[in-house]
Amino acid sequence: MAEELVLSKLDADTAAVLIGIGGGYCFRSRLAALGFTPGTRVRVIQNLGRGPMIVALRDTRIALGRCEAQRIRVRIDADKP
Amino acid sequence: MSDKPKHPIRVALAGQPNVGKSTVFNLLTGLSQHVGNWPGKTVEQKTGTCQQGELTFEVVDLPGTYSLSANSPEELIAREYIIREKPDVVVAVVNASAIERSMYLVAELLPLPAPVVVALNMLDVADQEGVVIEPHVLEAALGAPVVSMVASRGQGILELLERVRGLVCLGAHYEPNVPDVRSDHKQVLERIEQLVREHVPAGYPSSWVALKVLEGDRQLTELLHDRLHPEDWTEIQQILHEHEDAFLAVAGGRYEWIARMVRAAVVKPKAGQITLTDRLDRWATHPFWGLVILAGILGLAFWLTYAVGSPVQALIYRHLVAGLANWAQQRLAWSPPWLIGLIVDGVIGGVGTVVTFFPILLVFFAIFGALEDIGYMSRAAYVMDRFMHLMGLHGKSFLPLFLGFGCNVPAVLGTRVVDSERARLLTILLAPLVPCTARMAIVATIAPAFFTAPTLVSWGLVAVNLGVLALVGIALNRFVLRGEMVAFVMELPLYHIPNWRTIGTLAWQRLVSFLEKAGTVILAASLLVWALSSIPGGGIEASLLARFGRTLEPLGRLMGLDWRMMVALLSSFVAKENSLATLAVLYGGAGEGQLATVLRNHVTPAAALAFLVVQMLFIPCAATMAAVRSETNSWRWTAFCVVLLLVVSLAGGIASYSVARALGF
Repeated sequence: MAEELVLSKLDADTAAVLIGIGGGYCFRSRLAALGFTPGTRVRVIQNLGRGPMIVALRDTRIALGRCEAQRIRVRIDADKP
Repeated sequence: MSDKPKHPIRVALAGQPNVGKSTVFNLLTGLSQHVGNWPGKTVEQKTGTCQQGELTFEVVDLPGTYSLSANSPEELIAREYIIREKPDVVVAVVNASAIERSMYLVAELLPLPAPVVVALNMLDVADQEGVVIEPHVLEAALGAPVVSMVASRGQGILELLERVRGLVCLGAHYEPNVPDVRSDHKQVLERIEQLVREHVPAGYPSSWVALKVLEGDRQLTELLHDRLHPEDWTEIQQILHEHEDAFLAVAGGRYEWIARMVRAAVVKPKAGQITLTDRLDRWATHPFWGLVILAGILGLAFWLTYAVGSPVQALIYRHLVAGLANWAQQRLAWSPPWLIGLIVDGVIGGVGTVVTFFPILLVFFAIFGALEDIGYMSRAAYVMDRFMHLMGLHGKSFLPLFLGFGCNVPAVLGTRVVDSERARLLTILLAPLVPCTARMAIVATIAPAFFTAPTLVSWGLVAVNLGVLALVGIALNRFVLRGEMVAFVMELPLYHIPNWRTIGTLAWQRLVSFLEKAGTVILAASLLVWALSSIPGGGIEASLLARFGRTLEPLGRLMGLDWRMMVALLSSFVAKENSLATLAVLYGGAGEGQLATVLRNHVTPAAALAFLVVQMLFIPCAATMAAVRSETNSWRWTAFCVVLLLVVSLAGGIASYSVARALGF
């Protein structure tokens, strides 16, 4: 089974499955409403290694701050994106 | 006729951001719109009516929200409106090109008491993305009416009204399929419902309240605290404690339900297809080219504003304001001079200032609206995010600040796009430091009289303002508005063709709200300054304003400014460009054309530079101040803003005068 990482570590064009989100209730419930629920497939669109990044999930592109992306735990998706 | 109701049909329009909700609202209500605030909130409320045959529809536009939790005032407003005001129908606008996510709000709306009609909008964008949707299949799954729409082309609006009528007047069958919580949480949900059933406030469905409590909703949990028996309350607390992550089960349950609903109705393209948005974003969100594109678009926005707005502004001034002043002067020739002064300088001068703002503002609002509607605004916010971070702000604060280059009033009003209250306040406080067109006009008049490279000086002054803005932002973030930054999570919508009617309506509404906010304030300030400069009579040099200016002279001396310069600064409170007119009067009644020459004989270059620096950083004009007051809803923060800018501008003036003197100017 693939290892668990934080979303901010993923390169562009990588697909992953969401495992969990850390942080306060407000933050987590806001993300859950946007579709960040465990088991959701996420694809990284842009990640420059610093500053915000862009991910796609549930047919939506979402810009995330780096701190926010560091709280999202994922596992690399074995299937192709 | 049996189907004709006695009252108008009350429709609440709900939808997530970026689903084309305002376009649907504009289509429905046209020019009958009324824009105001939700009671006690700085959240915009739009209402309007729609006449269709014999029927009247009263439409309320609910705030655009992703969900109906208690995390933001917008979400609370939306759900409380539906529960308390009991609209006949809720129209939920859904974006067909992001159907999975935008159905989430539908999943939240269905358990509420009002029947829901789903407006499946932006089918053209979905088509462009290769997504195929069969609305009938979706309708069969949902058990609620689904109407296909391309609101930007006006398609689907009649059918939407027909389906609303069907539900309200004809009693069409309505039995929606309501989402369920994930199976591992069903039992606790049932238990919570048993406990709260007898105690929910009237009008609140107990199953919905139970679900929200399980989700950890603070508002409803607090509401129940006082109503429940202590032992029941303890049991609920116990359940919530054991199921801390229940909100994930609830949200997950809703998404599973959505997947079931859309499974048969939606055919998505194969993954890996490169779409228009992908291609455009490769440039627009690029760390380097994204900034270049942003600079280009903003440059174009400036150019358009000057090319279109300024000549119209000059025309309006020449023909309307100056013409009216002349006409009034002739008609009032019989009356005492003070009355002529009051009417011509006080009233017409003040109203004229408001009117001449129009073209510039309209062009700027239209550009802003177009960037919003196309979907570009969030990309600009994205590429600017790393710079805004320095001030504890997110990229979303960048565009309202940019609007400030046109006029600070729309900048302050535009901060509503910023989603945290702290960041919004900080953005409002920084907005007056963006040099507006009125201030640039002063620089353009005075700089050439004193400096051999006036363009360089002008750019230098703009750079000083932006530098001060950054420093003040960093300082406020560090010392005054401390607190955690709210998470930066922002949707990047798909690009799509803008709807000109939506942009036009939005620009017009923003202009009207500017007029409502600024009009009376500018007029009052104009009358005040007129009174201060004409009482007790005998010309402005003997007036109260001049006396006040003279008492400020010791302060002015630190910047090389005499009392006339100080009075000019004071009069810029009405509107920044009033400085020029005041200087022209005080320096021997020179026409504005000769002002430069006259000034050169009275003022040193070092003092002129100090004057320009102070003017660029000075306290906000009356209209901006009124906007700051209404948007912060606090006199304290308004006063803070004024004092802050007063200190900053005087310090800047003293510093630049000393430096210029030291350099031998």
